[in-house]
Amino acid sequence: MANNRHESLGLTDEQVLDMYKHMLLARKLDERMWLLNRAGKIPFVISCQGQEASQIGASFALDRTKDYTAPYYRDLGVVLAFGMTAKELMLSAFAKAEDPNSGGRQMPSHFGQKKNRILTQSSPVTTQVPHAVGIGLAAKMDKKDFVSFVTLGEGSSNQGDFHEGLNFAGVHKLPVITMVENNKYAISVPLDKQIASEHVSDRASSYGMPGITVDGNDPLAVYEAVKKARERALDGEGPSLIEAVAYRFTAHSSDDDDRQYREAAEVDEAKKNDAILTFAAYLKETGVMTDEAENDLIAEIDAIINEATDYAENAPYPEPESALGYVYEE
Amino acid sequence: MPVQSYIQAITAGLREEMLRDENVFVLGEDVGKKGGVFGATKGLYDEFGEYRMLDTPLAESAIAGVGIGAAMYGKRPVAEMQFADFIMPAVNQIISEAAKIRYRSNNDWNVPMTIRAPYGGGVHGALYHSQSVEAVFANQPGLKIVMPSTPYDAKGLLKASIRDNDPVLFFEHKRAYRLLKAEVPEDDYVLPIGKADTKREGSDVTVITYGLAVHFTLQAAEKLEEEGISTHVLDLRTVYPLDQKAIIKAAQKTGKVLLITEDNKEGSIIGEVSAIIAENCLFDLDAPVQRLAGPEVPAMPFSPTLEKYFMLNPDKVETAIRDLAEF
Ligand SMILES: Cc1ncc(C[n+]2csc(CCOP(=O)(O)OP(=O)(O)O)c2C)c(N)n1
Ligand SMILES: [Mg+2]
Repeated sequence: MANNRHESLGLTDEQVLDMYKHMLLARKLDERMWLLNRAGKIPFVISCQGQEASQIGASFALDRTKDYTAPYYRDLGVVLAFGMTAKELMLSAFAKAEDPNSGGRQMPSHFGQKKNRILTQSSPVTTQVPHAVGIGLAAKMDKKDFVSFVTLGEGSSNQGDFHEGLNFAGVHKLPVITMVENNKYAISVPLDKQIASEHVSDRASSYGMPGITVDGNDPLAVYEAVKKARERALDGEGPSLIEAVAYRFTAHSSDDDDRQYREAAEVDEAKKNDAILTFAAYLKETGVMTDEAENDLIAEIDAIINEATDYAENAPYPEPESALGYVYEE
Repeated sequence: MPVQSYIQAITAGLREEMLRDENVFVLGEDVGKKGGVFGATKGLYDEFGEYRMLDTPLAESAIAGVGIGAAMYGKRPVAEMQFADFIMPAVNQIISEAAKIRYRSNNDWNVPMTIRAPYGGGVHGALYHSQSVEAVFANQPGLKIVMPSTPYDAKGLLKASIRDNDPVLFFEHKRAYRLLKAEVPEDDYVLPIGKADTKREGSDVTVITYGLAVHFTLQAAEKLEEEGISTHVLDLRTVYPLDQKAIIKAAQKTGKVLLITEDNKEGSIIGEVSAIIAENCLFDLDAPVQRLAGPEVPAMPFSPTLEKYFMLNPDKVETAIRDLAEF
């Protein structure tokens, strides 16, 4: 038996199994979207693949009944964990009227769902950081015990909004957790051409907050880091910066060809650490998941995705004139 | 009814809304202890405390962006840009985010935020403390742009902006702050956003304008009355989206229309006003629509001779009205 790491973190067998289920659902949903894209059925995909462990590890450390999140476009795992369903995500992929993110107005992966406290996102990167800080400010002003959780890519950590937002949160000691999902690339540009410091987390000290770098392929390590950050935030000690290091397994998006700028061997090497495989192995070694349970899980997820796809494909598009609605309050 | 300056009316409007609704709070540079560089928030820090009169770090994108986040949560932030000129670092947050959040979320989220900013010239502010920036935002559906011309309007429109459930840019003419004084009711009143207001009835020439230029126009109209020229003055008050009905009606009233802005002419608010008149009033016009505006230079220069050359004043307005009356 492998060393049981989750128990000491206060996680039950059911919880870690649920984490795995969410990771696998995110992965398989993402894979299905690529198939649909290559079949000409949906115009665009941008992936979470390689970052599921970071996203699910972090989300499970939050209180998903009251914390707020401002996710970025790769955070399929985060929004699933916060309550968005596979069906809702497929509705968005097909740009159908029922899409709760935007009613088919935005490209897929521009997440947002008020009932699950998922702030609406745009395309210009990093604008969500000050928004999450504003949520943290509201929590502090109203003396509420929730935190605000915001994510972005490492390339995006060069935008002014990252620095303005984190500095603001630091100055006012706001309950904000920023997680940079460092997948080593910003489209084609590698990490060493993005930042001059060794780690994105090095930047935290300028903003008066702890900055830590964790293995983003290890959901338990990310869980632990975010859990600590949440406790700090609720104790009034202010914000934290977490850098979860992983790797982007797919091209940047369905419109990108990553053979133009990186070697296939590098991708293959990174995939050896694929958390979908390593976490499954961990769960089996610790006796949490049997082969049979894994097969059942895969079958269950396939069924969920098939149903979501069929539903979304057959759902109606928005009425053309509905393009005019909701510019202002009606 | 007490007489208040334009800036006192703004402070009073803010205070009343903060008393009425505890979700209203102000954030910006130097707004707290100091009470703002112009004094618009004077006394409010002592009354409401640090977190409702929040001195932020010097970072405009964060002022707007943090305000947006708090507004999405359900607060009613009033963000202050110290000068309208310095709103530029926040343009991405205002145009990409605030303006589009209701639309892009299909009505799921909204941004009940007001952004106040002192604009305008004639105060020796040179290029970067004199600009009129409304045209930058005036083709962004989702935003509303309010530019009051009197103390009474300033208070009533500010209160309406704070209560509005969508983002409002509220531009205050900094020269008006202490120049304009008028009776302002102490009771709770709001004025409608999106509605222009007739500031003077007249029959020879219609002037359509906004902001401090309304004041200059009224001064000019007073003088021209003695010459027998009767001027009709429509104050746009909300420059985006425009009150088309009021514009058409005012143009039809006299058939001679002069449009005035302190901004430079090309691409300004009054170009759109002119288009509305062209589309709707062809057979009502007795003269070509005229525009009086700043010159096509990047911004207002510093030296008094240069500033005076750029800036509007009652004499320039008077001449333009007279020329049109004589057409
Ligand atoms: C302000 C802005 N500039 C450029 C882009 C185009 N763009 C989209 S994603 C991206 C790379 C982002 O890289 P990173 O932050 O590392 O996130 P990742 O995609 O790797 O997860 C770029 C350049 C954009 N969306 N917004
Ligand atoms: Mg990246």
